Amino acid sequence: MSHQILQYILSGLSTGAIYSLIGIGFAIIYNSTGIINFAQGEFVMLGGIMTWFFLSVFQLPLIAAMVLAIALSTAVGVLFERLTIRPLRNASPLILVIITIGASILIRGMAMLIWGKDTHSLPMFTGSEPLTVAGATLLPQHLWIFGITLFIIAVNRFYFHHSISGKAMRACSHNRRAAGLVGIDVKRMVLFSFAISSALGSVAGIITAPLTMTSYDVGIMLGLKGFCAAIIGGMSSGIATVVGGLLLGVLESLGAGMVSSGYKDAIAFIILLLILVIRPQGLFKKAETERV
Amino acid sequence: MGSERTNLLKFLLFSGSVLVAPVLFSGGYLMNVLVFVGINTMLAVALNLLLGYAGQISLGQAAFFGLGAYISGVATATYGLNPWAAMGCAAAIVGLIAFAIGFPILKLKGHYLAMATLGFGIIVYIAFNETVELTGGPSGLTGIPYFTAGTVQFDSDMKNYYLIWGFALMTILLSVNLVNSRIGRALRAIHDSEVAARVMGVNARLLKVQIFTLSAVISSVAGSLYAHTMTFISPASFGFNFSVELLTMVVIGGLGSVYGSFLGAALLTLLPEFLRTFQDYDIVAYGLLLILMTMYMPGGLVRIPSFVSPILAKIKAGVGKHA
Repeated sequence: MSHQILQYILSGLSTGAIYSLIGIGFAIIYNSTGIINFAQGEFVMLGGIMTWFFLSVFQLPLIAAMVLAIALSTAVGVLFERLTIRPLRNASPLILVIITIGASILIRGMAMLIWGKDTHSLPMFTGSEPLTVAGATLLPQHLWIFGITLFIIAVNRFYFHHSISGKAMRACSHNRRAAGLVGIDVKRMVLFSFAISSALGSVAGIITAPLTMTSYDVGIMLGLKGFCAAIIGGMSSGIATVVGGLLLGVLESLGAGMVSSGYKDAIAFIILLLILVIRPQGLFKKAETERV
Repeated sequence: MGSERTNLLKFLLFSGSVLVAPVLFSGGYLMNVLVFVGINTMLAVALNLLLGYAGQISLGQAAFFGLGAYISGVATATYGLNPWAAMGCAAAIVGLIAFAIGFPILKLKGHYLAMATLGFGIIVYIAFNETVELTGGPSGLTGIPYFTAGTVQFDSDMKNYYLIWGFALMTILLSVNLVNSRIGRALRAIHDSEVAARVMGVNARLLKVQIFTLSAVISSVAGSLYAHTMTFISPASFGFNFSVELLTMVVIGGLGSVYGSFLGAALLTLLPEFLRTFQDYDIVAYGLLLILMTMYMPGGLVRIPSFVSPILAKIKAGVGKHA
């Protein structure tokens, strides 16, 4: 039984890592624009499905297919910002919610027209020989997921704390107007935030696709779970969201294994509702007073 | 808005056209579609009360619609209750649920509220799929009886048309009266600034929950009507996509306009029927419509006349000059 639990925890951590990456993407956009990007999940889908497309249709090597998929997803993210978000800078949150929902439907629809409704699988990055860790099995792909997630978190941290444009972006998230006054190009930072988070989303989609398959409609659920992670982490673009994602992944996996697999997705949303209602500021932050 | 007399006139005109519409389309397949326009009109008007007037988004309306349909369906098909009684029970239960979850959920604002209602919708949807003994799970619930009144059984499109549009017209009348009352003004005040509304003595918190509950109850009645006219329901009709579709109807029709919601519902219900030949493109068309309408026509379909008339005036003036 104990190694069974270890098994649940390990696979939960790997799905949790994916949620973390998506959640960080949510948080980056939210912090620089105040927008919850409901289309975030679609970039996850684009990453996975485009890698499959380049791999199987154009017969490109895996690395080339991945790089191309990330680049194209990022381009879609940038285009989305330029065409819809920038012209509507001063719109109400309600309008922006509806716009991002519209974009997510549009991107999903286009993907369905281009790549069909079938489910596609990506090959494992390096073999599918399972490893045994204390009685639990682990695929090499799990290690890739952990490794790449750790790497991205490290790069992310370096970027936000040690580079000029990263620091400028943090300044925007604290106070956009003040950031503009000290000479930061806020518009460009917003564009950057969309580029970074669509790139992050597509990476998440690529590394998880060999385990979970991919199709035009995987984005909705993954996006929403990523949002749960960001909410648990109090919309931080740092470690709190990572912890939130891992926590969500593990709870979900334990719940699916020990309670009922049919309710796996419900568990994530029950956690989301509880946190929104009880601790809307996230699990790890102190409450702020409401601003008008 | 407008005065009471123009409101009454508008309503009577609208009811009149609803009454005679079947004469034009009688017997055809379109009658069946018009029944759905009626159901969707109820749902869109209900969501518009919440979204267009009180400014509170809900991405979980399909859950209330589904709860109404399933409570009605299970109570009649499995437990043999009378459909009318089942519809009442469903409305009462859904109202209680909405009232209970409304207090914690409506404390949230903007994006957070959208996510919370969406989460609720997905949980309910999963429950429809997973409680197989009760709901039949993904394959659906069959054998739901038609409504009956005395010896009349509502088993044809024509009869259901009048039944459902009866309810839809009642919903419209209720909404028009509500938004032109003291409550409607209070709702619009909340929409503009909740703090200012509270300062002026509006109990914003309670009012938001009440309108959320009303909107849920109307959706539940629409759900019961749907269940008893279709006699078959499955979870696929009550998922996240349908909540988004309802949102699209309200936005495209025009936020804060009761008749706009009818226009949105009619357009989005009829459009797929006309686009049937290019089936798969409808999702792309939805997405595009939603984006373009919110960007370039934030007032919705109901604003088209005021949008077009200045252009027409300009053209006329131009023609006049040249002549």
